[in-house]
Amino acid sequence: MHPQIADALARLPDYLGGHIAVSLTALALGLAVSLPLALLSVHRPRLRGTLLGFASVVQTIPGLALLALFYPLLLGIAALTERAFGTGFSALGFLPSVLALALYSMLPVLRNTITGLDGVDPDVRQAALGVGMTPRQSLFMVELPLALPVIMAGIRTAAVWVIGTATLSTPIGQTSLGNYIFTGLQTQNWVFVLFGCAAAAVLALAVDQLLSLMESGLGARNARRVTAGTLGLVLIAAAALAPGLSKASATYVIGTKTFTEQYILASLIEARLRDSGLTARRREGLGSSVIFDALRAGEIDVYVDYSGTIWANQLGRTDIMPRADIIAEIAKTLRARDGIVVLGGLGFENAYALAMAARRAQTLGIRSIADLGKHAPQLSIAGDYEFFARPEWDAIRKAYGLNFREQRQMQPEFMYGAVASGQVDVISAYTSDGRIALHNLTVLDDPRRVIPPYDAILLISPKRANDAALIAALRPLIDAIDVDMMRQASARAVMGDGNSSASPDQAAIWLWGEIQKKR
Amino acid sequence: MSERHPAAISFQDVSKSYGGGRKALDRVSLDVAEREFLAVVGPSGSGKTTLLRLINRLAEADSGAVRVEGEDVRAADPVVLRRRIGYVFQGIGLFPHMTVAQNIAITPKLLGWGETRIAARVDELIELVRLERAAHRDRLPAQLSGGERQRVGVARAIAAGPKIVLMDEPFGALDPLTRDALSEDYRRLHDKLGLTTVMITHDTLEAVLLADRIAVIREGRMIAQGTPRQMLSAEQDEYVRKLMATPQRQAGRLQALLDERGGA
Repeated sequence: MHPQIADALARLPDYLGGHIAVSLTALALGLAVSLPLALLSVHRPRLRGTLLGFASVVQTIPGLALLALFYPLLLGIAALTERAFGTGFSALGFLPSVLALALYSMLPVLRNTITGLDGVDPDVRQAALGVGMTPRQSLFMVELPLALPVIMAGIRTAAVWVIGTATLSTPIGQTSLGNYIFTGLQTQNWVFVLFGCAAAAVLALAVDQLLSLMESGLGARNARRVTAGTLGLVLIAAAALAPGLSKASATYVIGTKTFTEQYILASLIEARLRDSGLTARRREGLGSSVIFDALRAGEIDVYVDYSGTIWANQLGRTDIMPRADIIAEIAKTLRARDGIVVLGGLGFENAYALAMAARRAQTLGIRSIADLGKHAPQLSIAGDYEFFARPEWDAIRKAYGLNFREQRQMQPEFMYGAVASGQVDVISAYTSDGRIALHNLTVLDDPRRVIPPYDAILLISPKRANDAALIAALRPLIDAIDVDMMRQASARAVMGDGNSSASPDQAAIWLWGEIQKKR
Repeated sequence: MSERHPAAISFQDVSKSYGGGRKALDRVSLDVAEREFLAVVGPSGSGKTTLLRLINRLAEADSGAVRVEGEDVRAADPVVLRRRIGYVFQGIGLFPHMTVAQNIAITPKLLGWGETRIAARVDELIELVRLERAAHRDRLPAQLSGGERQRVGVARAIAAGPKIVLMDEPFGALDPLTRDALSEDYRRLHDKLGLTTVMITHDTLEAVLLADRIAVIREGRMIAQGTPRQMLSAEQDEYVRKLMATPQRQAGRLQALLDERGGA
């Protein structure tokens, strides 16, 4: 079997289990809230207008944004309950995902239930009262059974939406089939991407068909079909719980952001902890706005961030100091403010840099960002989703008077190919990225030192601040990796080296070998 | 004149208006005797259906009193009241997701009868309204003809053994043959079960042939009431005279047609 497929299959129980757990819980919660609300609002036009308006607005929020919004919200609530009752709860992963997806499921259920009940022939409703039913009996004996096909259609729509959207719960820390998609996109593992999409589609179809079976059974008063449909759903739910039960609970949780280098470093950290006899698991693909809060709250224990990011986002600084001074300043501030320990730098920088195709840069005679100024009005630039909103972009633009013809946002994987093939002229590259060499790009100098240093630094959560075993296990990684090693490792994770297959885990094994050679 | 019993239903100065101030009923007074078959005729929008709906409180009067078996309906629980009054609806009115048997059983079920008693009663009623147990019992309304459906409607109305049955243009949508058979069958049931029936119709001939007494409503007012014979003969207001003359005029035209053909 192809090694990437074997790898994908090995992860299936965990990812599928997480996916089913989060989507079925969200669907059940959504139904438990929406159905009674819809029934209540049938004869209350104002309530019904409000509800449908609310659900429609929720629907217009992009899924990823809705999921991301729940994280800070729950973090705030968790902090409040911590203060009030002495116990908080996990604001990462399952809970925010369930709440956001449940909200997402409301519109089709509300709208179809209300429409279905409205569609009942008024003569039939009159007849129900006429034969002596109470309004409640009329609702349950006549109106609901008649509206059932429309209501079930709404439930089925909701189920398909929730299962599809649940792939987006990966960045807020919920394991789902989205892990395949996010990891696959970052490491250019298209087998993973397709596998994740196909698995989500199959699950959505299966649930839809089971609901359809229940519906036809209810309509035809066929108890066997209803039982078969229910049994199918119960089996799916049970399948979700099974891997959860068998999974050994790990002591340490390693967080990763959503790019290749992070997957490699997390794999490296996990291996070091295992070598020291500690158990660890990874929470992969966390959004970069989520991951720092998650560490501070103790949802994850350790991850790698970059000094320039913390400098700007956490300390709110825009001034530039030498690399070592910035790390020292960050360590002091985070320790005092949040109790977070900065164990040290890993030895390389992953800075933002502007890069061009080598030949194009040569033709135009551009070697540094300063040279770019007079050409910029004829050139286009592409950046990742964060870049143009970051303070350093502002600083670069002001310092060098850059004014590009066109400015585009792109998924990092596609950026390098786009600049190499001439679709854009300049990109915001990452200095440790293996693809700089791969695509023969020139990194432009920054003669005015506007871009802050981006040393990879190891952060440890406040609750592990005095954990000697953890710190001892991680020490060997400090100042151990130079930028060339990291670039090669990144390239290996994407391309392989001819002998082993391409994966972040393989790259991490290679990297550890290099670290030991260097000693 | 037929023998009169005490009033099963009585209206006393009853008025009812809907939004917009239009009066559906304007100070209507009317007595329906026990075991009487009353037909209410009048043009569309005259207030006939409102009159019927006031009896089992599907509508409420603005002023005046409606009494059923001597009791003011305002004092009665509407749900309990409706369960002891049969109602045959205009158009279909059957529950489309329930079988014939389930439709017929609905009021007994609401009254909490035991299952065996309900089953026996359903079988009895299916025969009473001349349907076939084997062929019809477990069918859905959509699988029946119009006439069969309205027979089920009648069976459902009388299932819990009410003394009063209200019928809102029950046979209006049926073809003439079915309509004739069904109305005669119903009249037989009315007599056999000792019912009090109020039937709305816009067919004067049907009213004359079926009813013990006829009431004419126009623009919310009760403009005439009496036995068919009285209505056909007595000095009446212009509209009533025209209305009651219709069957005779039709019969006259039919006779003329037959004579013409015979002569040719």
